[in-house]
Amino acid sequence: MTKISEIYHYRTMIASLIKRDLRGRYKGSVLGFAWTFLNPLLQLLVYTMVFSTIMRAGIEDYYLFLFVALIPWIFFSASLTGGSSCIWAQKEMVKKIYFPREVLPIAHVTCQLVNMLLSFIIVFAALLVSGKGVKLSILWYLIPVILVEYVLAIGIAFITSSLTVYFRDLEHILGIVAMAWQFLTPVMYSVDMVPESVMPIFLVNPMTPIITAYRDVLYYQQAPQLTTLGHALLLGIVFLLFGWFLFGRLERHFAEEL
Amino acid sequence: MEETYAIEVEHISKHFKIFLDKGHEIKDYVTSSRRRKYENREVLKDISFKVKKGEAIGLIGHNGCGKSTTLKLLTKIMYPDSGTITMRGRVSSLIELGAGFHPDMSGRENIYINASIFGLTKKEIDRRLDDIIAFSELEEFIDNPVRTYSSGMYMRLAFAVAINVDADILLIDEILAVGDVNFQSKCFNRLREIKAEGTTIVIVSHSLGQIEQICERSIWIHEGVIKAEGRPRDIHPEYLDFMGGRRQEHALKEKERREAKKAAEEKAEIADNNIFNANSSSLEEQNHVMAGNQDDEKENDVAEANVNELAENSISDKDAADNSDEPEKKANLKRWGNGHARIQRVRMLDTAGNEQSVFKTGANVSIQIEYSVNQKVEDAVFGIGIFRSDGLQCYGTNTRIDKIDRFNLDKGGITTVRLDKLNLISGEYTLDVAIECDQGVPIDYYREAYRFEVFSNIGDVGVARVDHEWTL
Repeated sequence: MTKISEIYHYRTMIASLIKRDLRGRYKGSVLGFAWTFLNPLLQLLVYTMVFSTIMRAGIEDYYLFLFVALIPWIFFSASLTGGSSCIWAQKEMVKKIYFPREVLPIAHVTCQLVNMLLSFIIVFAALLVSGKGVKLSILWYLIPVILVEYVLAIGIAFITSSLTVYFRDLEHILGIVAMAWQFLTPVMYSVDMVPESVMPIFLVNPMTPIITAYRDVLYYQQAPQLTTLGHALLLGIVFLLFGWFLFGRLERHFAEEL
Repeated sequence: MEETYAIEVEHISKHFKIFLDKGHEIKDYVTSSRRRKYENREVLKDISFKVKKGEAIGLIGHNGCGKSTTLKLLTKIMYPDSGTITMRGRVSSLIELGAGFHPDMSGRENIYINASIFGLTKKEIDRRLDDIIAFSELEEFIDNPVRTYSSGMYMRLAFAVAINVDADILLIDEILAVGDVNFQSKCFNRLREIKAEGTTIVIVSHSLGQIEQICERSIWIHEGVIKAEGRPRDIHPEYLDFMGGRRQEHALKEKERREAKKAAEEKAEIADNNIFNANSSSLEEQNHVMAGNQDDEKENDVAEANVNELAENSISDKDAADNSDEPEKKANLKRWGNGHARIQRVRMLDTAGNEQSVFKTGANVSIQIEYSVNQKVEDAVFGIGIFRSDGLQCYGTNTRIDKIDRFNLDKGGITTVRLDKLNLISGEYTLDVAIECDQGVPIDYYREAYRFEVFSNIGDVGVARVDHEWTL
C-alpha cells in the first residue's frame, strides 16, 4: 500500500517520462509531432489500397475492419515487446537513482496508451469519411474496453520488464511471441472464421474479447459482449497481481544485474 | 532518544557474485550448468553506524573499499543481504547528475524531467523553477535545447536541479567537481546553507579537503569494515599515512617484480651466449665465465645494456619497454655528455638504506650515484636537479655551488648526497643527475634518472614545505 502511494507521489515522473518519449521521438524530424498522426494515416492508406484492390477479403470495408482492431493491437504488442526492455534501456538511471521501479513499465505502457488514443483521431476520421459514421450512444463502451486492455498490458509489462533484466534473450523471444499472438487473436479476421479445433486457444486468450469488443463498438457499432469482456478483465487482474508481486521480488537486485 | 538519529545502519553485509566467465547465454547454462565459476566478493562485512539529525559525515576509503556500495544501500538502489537500515525523512541523492536529460529538449523541459525523477511533483518544481534557473546561471539559454550546451553548462544545469531538491537527508557521491572554480565554490556554499538548514548529509569523496570543510565526522571504510571513525582532522592524517604506506609497498613489489624479470632475462641471455662461447666447458666453468662476463660489463661498458638497466630500474614500466625497443634513440634524448665518466646507477634510499620510490614529506633521503670512469676527469662536479611532473624545477644544486673542495675522478665509485628533510609537498617528481667538469662541460648528464613520489598527510600547497610555526 505504501508502494502504491509512493508511485502516486512519483506521478510527475511518469508524466514527464511520457512527455519526453512522445515529444522526443520525433524531435529533429521535419514533420515533428505530426508523425504521431501521419504514421497511422499512412498505414491506413496502405491497407486500403492492398485490401480493396489486391487482396479482396470478402468483408465489407475490410480496411476499416482491420484498422479498428490493429490500432488497439499495436498498443498491446508495443507494451509487450517494448515493455520488456524498458528497464534495461534506463539502466544508468536504475543503477544510480532511487525511484519506485514500477514507474518505468507504467510510464511505458501509458505512453503506448496515449499513442493509441492519438491514433484514434485518425480512426474516427476514417469512420466518418467512409460514411460508416460513429454511433455516440455506444461509444462510451470504449472506456471500459480500453481500461481492461490497459490493466492487462501493465500486468504483462511488469512481468516482461523484470524478467528481461535477468534474461536478456526474452526481449527477442517476445518479438516472435507477439507475432504469433497476433495471429492467435482475431485481428485480421473475425472470430467466426476460427475452426472449432483451435477455438479453445482463442477463448483463453484475453486479447480475443478485447479486440472483438473494439470491433463491435467501432465497426459493427453495437454493444460489446460484457460477459467475455469480464472474463478478460479477470485475466487482466490476475496478470496485474502476479506481475506486481514478481516485479516486487525481482526489483531488489536490478542494480546488481544491470 | 531514538528519533535523534536520521540514519541508523545496523550490521549490514553485502556481497556480490562476480562471474569470472561472463556468460548469460544458453550454452553456458547447458555446458557448465553448476560449474559456472564465480567469486563471492564480500563488499561490506557487518557495518554499523548512526548519523544524527543535522549531522554531516564523510565516507572515505580507497577505490573498491565499499563506500559507494554503502551509499547505494542508503538510497535503496540496492538492498543489504543482512542487517537493517533505517532512514528517517525524505532522502535525496546526488549520485547521478542529469538523469533523464533529453538532448533535443530545452533546459526548462529538462529541469522538469530531471526533478521529477528525484520525486518532485509538478507543483514543487514550479515553485523551485526560478531558483534552479538562477542557480544554474543559464537564464538566457534556458529555452535552448540542451544539446547546444557546453559540457560545463550541462553540468551546471544538472547540479542546479540536484542541489535544489530539498530533502531531510542528502546523499552525495563524488560530484562536487562541477564547472569552473566559481561555480564549485557556489555549490559548496549552497551545501553549507543546506547543512545549516538542518539537513543530514552523507558525502563520499576522495577530496578530503571538502569533507573536512563540511563534515563533523569521517568514517573510514577499508575492505568492507569500518577501520576508523572520528573527527576528520584526526582520521584523515591516519588515512593518508596508511595510503602512502600502501603506495610504498606497491612500488617495492613492482620493483621486485621487474628485477626478477630482468634477472631471468639476463640469465637466459648469458646462458645463450655461453652455449656459443664455451661449448665444451663444464657447468662450474660456465658459471664462472658468466660471472666474469657480468663483471666485465659492469666495469667497462658504457653502452646500451647499462643504460637499459638504469632505465628499467628507475623509470616506469612503459618507458622501460620503449627503451628496449629503441635503446639508442631514447638514451640519447635522455642523456648527453662526453662520456669520460658514466653514471651507472642512481638510487634513492631511505634511512635504513633500502631503495624506495615513494617518500613522505620531510623524510630523510639519500641519493646514491654509482659511476664509472673511462678517462680521468679533473675538477669534476656532481649535480642533482629535482623536477615536478609538470616540468617545474623544484630544486637544483651541485658540488661547486655547495663549495665542496675540488676533486678529480680517476676510477669508478659511489657518491652520495643526503637530504635531511625532503620537504617537497605531495606529488610526482623526477630526479636529474649530472657529472660535469669545472668549466661546465657535461660529462654525463642523465635526465630523469629516477622517478619518485612524495605523499603527505597535510594538505599544504605550493612546491615545498617551508618550515613554520604558528603562534596564536
